Amino acid sequence: MLSMNDAVLVEGLRAGDGAAFETLLDRYGGKLLRLARRFCESEEDARDALQDAMVAVFKSIGNFESNSMLSTWLHRIVVNACLMKLRSKRRRGDEIDIEDYLPRFQEDGHQVEPSEPWAESAQSMLERDELRALVRDSIARLPENYRTVLQLRDIEEMSTEEVAEVLGITTNAVKIRLHRARQALRALLDEQLKS
Amino acid sequence: MIVCREVIAFLDDYVAEALPPPRRSEFDHHLTVCPSCVAYLATYRETIVLARGSAVEIEDVPPEVITAILATIARN
Repeated sequence: MLSMNDAVLVEGLRAGDGAAFETLLDRYGGKLLRLARRFCESEEDARDALQDAMVAVFKSIGNFESNSMLSTWLHRIVVNACLMKLRSKRRRGDEIDIEDYLPRFQEDGHQVEPSEPWAESAQSMLERDELRALVRDSIARLPENYRTVLQLRDIEEMSTEEVAEVLGITTNAVKIRLHRARQALRALLDEQLKS
Repeated sequence: MIVCREVIAFLDDYVAEALPPPRRSEFDHHLTVCPSCVAYLATYRETIVLARGSAVEIEDVPPEVITAILATIARN
């Protein structure tokens, strides 16, 4: 459901009012550019994706359904613009096969390779630039379907329902992909942090 | 008696505290006897913290980006 402020804004956008676009960028531009920065591989790509997304908003505002949340609809358009940008640049082999990074079990249900704790806490690791970069690089290696869900749920902290709406998938698919994405990311980090 | 496979399959629900109490008790019991699952749970939780904490947090929109977007929209 639209707030009163957003309802007025959508009305202005539909009327092609230039001031309404300035308000839109003022109200949501920061969050949307931050989202694009997290999805894209460079600042330039993030800015391009935001620009592409805003043109898409301009062209499709007539299709926006007023019983939806404006912010969720904007997120969907920005995520799609970012994925288009990424797909045009990614090479085959950049992404892992997720099955190779999921835990394996013996017939009796025990783990094939017993897990071990990491020597350092996450909070302590986050204080180091090279480890933050390692985490970002590892996230970038996840297959798109999984990476996107992890970014929206665990990084953007959107709800399962919001992510399902942004991506046009079921809440159950969001839950399954998120768990598998976390498991694969854990395995990618484990390779580096155990040694 | 549940085994590692079931614990790890539903670890997201355990972490989110979404398991019904009897099921959660089974998980808790398994974790008292399985150091491997304790380590898996700890590193799974740390993975979530690392993902969240590694993200770039800049939230400003440079004026030139706004100018470029408005100019593009005006051309359309």
